[in-house]
Parts: sequence; C-alpha cells; structure tokens
Amino acid sequence: MKPAPFDYYAPTTVEQALAHLAEHGDEAKVLAGGQSLVPMMNFRLVQPSVLVDLNPIPDLAFIQPDENGGLRIGALTRHYQVEVDPLVAVRMPLLHEAVPKIGYPQIRRRGTMGGSLCHADPSAELVAVSVALNGRFRLRSPKGERWIPAQDFFIGLFTTVLQPDELLVEVALPPLPARTGGSFMEVARRRHDFALVGVAAVVSLDGKGVCRQVRMVFLSAGDRPMEARRAADVLMGQAPTPEAIRAAAEIAASDDIDPSSDIHATAEFRRHLAKVLARRALDQACRRAAEKK
Amino acid sequence: MRKLFDLALTVNGTRHEQAVEPRTLLSDFLRHDLGLTGTHVGCEHGVCGACTVLLDGEPVRSCLLFAVQAHGHSVTTVEGLGAIDQLHPVQEAFRQAHGVQCGFCTPGILTTVVAFLEGNPDPSEEEIREALSGNLCRCTGYQHIVDAVRLAAQTSKTAHEQPAR
Repeated sequence: MKPAPFDYYAPTTVEQALAHLAEHGDEAKVLAGGQSLVPMMNFRLVQPSVLVDLNPIPDLAFIQPDENGGLRIGALTRHYQVEVDPLVAVRMPLLHEAVPKIGYPQIRRRGTMGGSLCHADPSAELVAVSVALNGRFRLRSPKGERWIPAQDFFIGLFTTVLQPDELLVEVALPPLPARTGGSFMEVARRRHDFALVGVAAVVSLDGKGVCRQVRMVFLSAGDRPMEARRAADVLMGQAPTPEAIRAAAEIAASDDIDPSSDIHATAEFRRHLAKVLARRALDQACRRAAEKK
Repeated sequence: MRKLFDLALTVNGTRHEQAVEPRTLLSDFLRHDLGLTGTHVGCEHGVCGACTVLLDGEPVRSCLLFAVQAHGHSVTTVEGLGAIDQLHPVQEAFRQAHGVQCGFCTPGILTTVVAFLEGNPDPSEEEIREALSGNLCRCTGYQHIVDAVRLAAQTSKTAHEQPAR
C-alpha cells in the first residue's frame, strides 16, 4: 500500500515549523526520522493531511556537554550520531549501551531521539532510558516553552503530553552522581527485533557500598515506560547482595509492570523475562557502580 | 489535486528535476520515475533492507523516505556502484564468493556493505554480521555473504598495502 495524499511543508526554522502546526493543529503530523511514522503511513494506519518535515532545520541536531557534567541533545539528533559520540560514551554509558539496540543500522542513520520519544512506543529503548536517566524535555510552542521531566511526558500508549502546536526540541540529561552504574538489557527472538521485554537500571552507591539511589525502568512491559518503584524501595538502603537483588527483581516482575499478551509473548512470559532481566541488570549496574570512585 | 513539489536531486551523479507528489516514496521514484529498478521493494516498512540506498553516502531505507526529502541531496543506488563491465570491488567480491543467489536482497546489501567498509575497512566477523543485521536474505543463509564482505575487505587492504609502481 502507498501513503494517502498530504500537503508537505519543509520549514527551515523552528518558528516556521511551529507556525505550520499552529495553523493545521490535529491535521498535521511532524516528520523527523520517519522510521516509525512512514511505515504507519505506508500501511495507512495514519493518514495525516499535512506533513511538517523538520529535517531541513539545521540547529535541532546537536550533542553538547552542559557545565554540570550532563548532556544536552537536540531532538533531531540521529541515533547513529549518539551511538558514535565519545562524549555520550563517557558521560552517559547507559545511553551508549542502549542506542545500538535500536532497530537496525540503517534505521539508526535516520531515526532521531526526538522522534522516538514523541512516538512514545513503550517498546522503544530511548523511552525507558530517558526516564531511567531523569531526563528533562524542552517543548516549544508559539506561546513559549516549557520543560517536562521524562517520567511525566509519557501518559499512555503512543501518547505524550505534547500538544498539537508543540515541538520537542531538546533533551537534557543530568550528570550521573558519583559511584553510579547503569545497565541496559533486552530480549528479542531475532537480533534487533522489537524487544519482548527490556530494562534500564541505574544504581548509585554510597561510601559504604549501600544503595542510595535506585532507578529501574522497563520497556515492553505496559502501555508506557514502567518504573519499578516498589523494587527500588526494596533495594534502597541495602547492600546489593544477590538476595536483595533477587527480591527486588521478583517484586518488579510481580508488582511494578503490567505486560500484555500478544502473538510474540504471553504476559506471564514477559513477567518471567522481566524478573530475569531485572536481576541481571541490577547486578551489572551495582558492579559498575562499585567500580567507580 | 494537491500541490506537486518541484524536486531536484542527484542520483548516481546525474541531476534530475521532476514535479512529484509529496507522498511518492523515494523507492518508487527511483524505480518508476527514473527507471532504476535495481533498488528492490520487499516489505515497505523498513525491516527487510532490500530498498537500502545511500543518501549523501549514508545507508538508509528508501521505502521510508519521501522522494521530496531527497531534494537537494545526492542518492547512490546499486546502479551507481559499478557497471557490468566494471564491477565495484565489493560486487567483484560477491561474485567470487558466491554471495548472490536470486539477487533480490543483493542491491540493499551492496549499498549497506559499501558504506560499512568505508567506515570500518578491517572488520571482524561479528562486526560484519552486526552491520548486515538490517538486511534479510531468504536464499543464501548469509554465510557466503559474510565471506564476500570479508573478501572485499581483504582485497581492499591488500591493494592499499602494495606499493605504487
């Protein structure tokens, strides 16, 4: 099948793009990498009558250090650019570990950070990672701008708080605290398929090796990124022993996620995978944290 | 009738100008409007890799790009890699290593491999398989394709190591 007809705009500034969105509202879709949108248009699952192409806008793709040791990443930055960036490898190893698992090499040449986040597929790696890393998103509209924490951005299946006249323009990732380790893992039947379940775990230890901050977020385990709050509570203030990690992983799988059954996996199998991945990821994150100063 | 877009782009070194509907996919523009049927369409949703072309040198899915997005850009298809009487070194390696059977996946694999070897001229087998993970082949079982990529890398390396006469 081929896409339904649409009117096409290729603005060269954010202001022009916002003007188009303000004019067309719900009738318009934003085109970034197109690696999720265009398949849906090819299947006619979506049929926007207006497409606003952000690709010609030059200043939306960047990876910059912020003065606190974190990173600021433009919404149109391609996954490939994040994958090869040395600053990302040093400052955000969890992101560096997760990005190569997005789609296929060719997908990563076009797919963008902003596009993946706004598409809000609960099986997207960046959706879970942005929450695990306490990311903040900068949204611009003709009326001004606002910053939204990642955990408040995703409100349902393919649904975010983004308004029809708003654009996500930047992602800010705060610096990792001292003695912090992260781990990203996912399971798929074939390499690079959509994950059956995945997890992003970030653990910070105190001077005595006790967990003082734990954040674990699952993908493909609900209609949005699922933060394992009860599991984090179990592990906080504990030394990361195998028993403590196992207990946290069990609680995560039984209480913190809401997986569904489909042709790829049953909900029970997803819970099983979640428990195993949580245990492995927490173990790896704690080891990596212990290795840091 | 919706507005047509005056598209101007370079394909395999030749400039083309044509008015197109915005919804025309780059894969269809190459095949139907330019007659370059070397680029194949297998799935039209980005998973099979048969439609992979080089956009400004980068391997991308032409079925997931609108032709209008290539306005002002440069596209290389399999036809632009080499000719029947002057194969690209990667094509020659595929010929020698029997990395082609029906040939349906081959154009997408060739463009992918050309770009891959430019960035990674001496890859390990794991890196080769990872680079090919976005291209499906139903015929070969991939082994001869991997052999062909290794042969292409090896041949290129040897050519560079030989002193110029």
